[in-house]
Amino acid sequence: MPILDHLWIIMALPLLGAAVNGLLGKNWSKSVINSIAIGSVSLSFLAVLELIREFAQLPADQIPWVRDYFTWMTAGTFHIAFSLQVDQLTIVMLLVVTFVSTLVHIYSTGYMAHEGGYYRFFCYLNLFVFFMLTLVLASNLIVMFVGWEGVGLCSYLLIGFWFLKQSAISAGKKAFITTRLGDTAFTIGILLAFWTFSSLNFGDMFKSIVQMPSDTMAHAGVLTIIAILLFIGAIGKSAQIPLYVWLPDAMEGPTPVSALIHAATMVTAGVYMVARMNPLFSRAPIAMLVVAIVGAATAFYAATIGLVQTDIKKVLAYSTVSQLGYMFLGCGVGAYAAGIFHLMTHAFFKGLLFLAAGSVIHAMGGEQDMRHMGGLRKQIPITYWTMLIGTIAIAGIPGFSGFFSKDEILDAAGSGPHKNTVLWLLGLIGAGLTSFYMFRLVFLTFFGEERFDHHKVHVHESPKSMTIPLILLAILSLGGGWVAAPHLMGGTDHFEAFLHPVFAAYAPQEAGVEQGVSLAGSAGAAGEISGNPTMELVHAITGPPVIVAVLGLLLAWWFYIRKPELPEKLAKSLHAPYVLLYNKYYVDEIYNALFVAPLLFISKYILWHVIDEGIIDGVVNGTASAARGAGGKLRQLQSGNVRSYASWVVLGAVGFAVLLLALLRVSH
Amino acid sequence: MDPGEEKRLSVIPISYYLVLSAILFGLGAVGVVFKRNIITILMSIELMLNAVNLAFVAFARAHGQIDGLVFVFFVIVVAAAEAAVGLAIVIMITQNRQSLNVERINLLKF
Repeated sequence: MPILDHLWIIMALPLLGAAVNGLLGKNWSKSVINSIAIGSVSLSFLAVLELIREFAQLPADQIPWVRDYFTWMTAGTFHIAFSLQVDQLTIVMLLVVTFVSTLVHIYSTGYMAHEGGYYRFFCYLNLFVFFMLTLVLASNLIVMFVGWEGVGLCSYLLIGFWFLKQSAISAGKKAFITTRLGDTAFTIGILLAFWTFSSLNFGDMFKSIVQMPSDTMAHAGVLTIIAILLFIGAIGKSAQIPLYVWLPDAMEGPTPVSALIHAATMVTAGVYMVARMNPLFSRAPIAMLVVAIVGAATAFYAATIGLVQTDIKKVLAYSTVSQLGYMFLGCGVGAYAAGIFHLMTHAFFKGLLFLAAGSVIHAMGGEQDMRHMGGLRKQIPITYWTMLIGTIAIAGIPGFSGFFSKDEILDAAGSGPHKNTVLWLLGLIGAGLTSFYMFRLVFLTFFGEERFDHHKVHVHESPKSMTIPLILLAILSLGGGWVAAPHLMGGTDHFEAFLHPVFAAYAPQEAGVEQGVSLAGSAGAAGEISGNPTMELVHAITGPPVIVAVLGLLLAWWFYIRKPELPEKLAKSLHAPYVLLYNKYYVDEIYNALFVAPLLFISKYILWHVIDEGIIDGVVNGTASAARGAGGKLRQLQSGNVRSYASWVVLGAVGFAVLLLALLRVSH
Repeated sequence: MDPGEEKRLSVIPISYYLVLSAILFGLGAVGVVFKRNIITILMSIELMLNAVNLAFVAFARAHGQIDGLVFVFFVIVVAAAEAAVGLAIVIMITQNRQSLNVERINLLKF
């Protein structure tokens, strides 16, 4: 079993690609850089496929499959090995990450073809894949943290890729600093976890968690604190309220980066972490509630902002924030599998939407404002059709991947073991809003009259290197959800069944029973209503999530195709709410006034002018001037008069002798 | 040396030798520092060397060891060499400058 014993190969390949391109690629031709970058990532993808083949033959008692490669650090009882592990959750994540990465790499060769710093871009992109795979394969929190921080670094580097643009640099810094806030809590959470469980290996930690008394709603103990601290890290990384502000700004980076890092993979790391730590979260009901509330609130809140944005990428960015909220909502109500399922389908359709948006921007020669687009569907048909599929998928129209996953989350929120009607309602309204703003995007971009200058903009379909990834992702957006399809007819949800061992192994006793029920007999519960598969199917595809999605679609159609003058009128008559939404609730301005401005003030007037200039510079300059003054005085001894030197020598000798005698006297 | 004489010599305590040595050394040092005549300075140096020789001999005697005596021989040899070279230099300087005053021998001074 070669790959199972050498898991490191999967992550080493992209690292090798990054090193070769980054160190040597400066003067290489684009085709050489392309083949190294795409080759390393696609080899990694093939390695994952081989891994899956081998993994399928593993007996169940050997899962999770853990491999220690070397001892990283040891201090007393603190022992950290560089260890990797594979279980069903890892497999899903590995597949998503390597597959989407490969497609984005291929796409980038077309999209970035005219950009400077080509080798640098692919070096960062490969490095990102390496860190993401580290995060996913990690078998303890420290190795995971390395990946966690590494992807943050790559995100920073790639947001600020066009480093001559002030806004890109600011956005990069904002992303890095904002996520750092969450990471501070994450680090404390790791320390507290070590203090509590005396180990950071997932397996050991979960074993000690099982032996600890669970926290309850009434009694919040150390488990709750650890879970919430770790979740704060996830809030930063996965752009949830209140730390979501960096993600919309991160759209300053090249579009493939937005697709890979800020939609499909890195931002979902928080969801993955919560799912990975499910034994902990499942025993901390308050933390679970926090996760669910933050998720549902973000899902709704970000969707409202998305309604009125005019930048095509900004709409998608807020949509990403909103969809991440759904994933957390799923995890928060105990439906980890549904959360991960949405993570996977979201990686497909949101990756697709971003890449398609990139293709639109490419076709429009850099234009990102939807008000200056329109009527593009004839000119760029492949982009149009793939983007339409992505939109239908995210809106949750039955048959497309987003429908299956979002439906499962809302189902768990509305009728699962941890159901919460308010959160379900928030999620439901959010789903309607999602459908509206996504179809608004499509209608504004591809339908209606052409609102751009034909002399300036030469609309053209993107090259094959860009359209082929679009088509592949469109196929997955269309079909990626069907693994769960039999569920609708009362059968098994294959995705949930596949992940079941991960979430059932350490599930709390009572929840385990419930999960079993929901898995085996969820259809049974629904079956009581209808009794036969056909009725169930009808029930599922006419449920509230579908109704709001169709409503959103119709509303968008009414607003932007039937009566295009209506939105403007509505914006006038509802001026205050419109302006509030258009300015994103002024959150950036509020944060600026509350945190950034005082920090700058303290930095400038206290830390800089007082501490740095006054004290630190004062000490350095003071030492220098003291030395100079002393030197000036001592210089006068050097008179050049030999006899005065001789006197000093004699005086010194006498003084030394006296001192020696005095010391001898004392010692006797 | 017969035992009687040795006994008589050992009656004089070592501190006497050392005090004499210190006085001679001090005189020599004062001479080096304050005198301007180059011959006098050379003589003062000889005086300091001999003060040290006296201390060496006294210690060698007091501890019954030969090392001090060996050092004295070295010092005498070096002093002789120094006197020979030093006086030759003095003669050359005197011929060139018509003066024995060290203050005036300052060609190399910055």
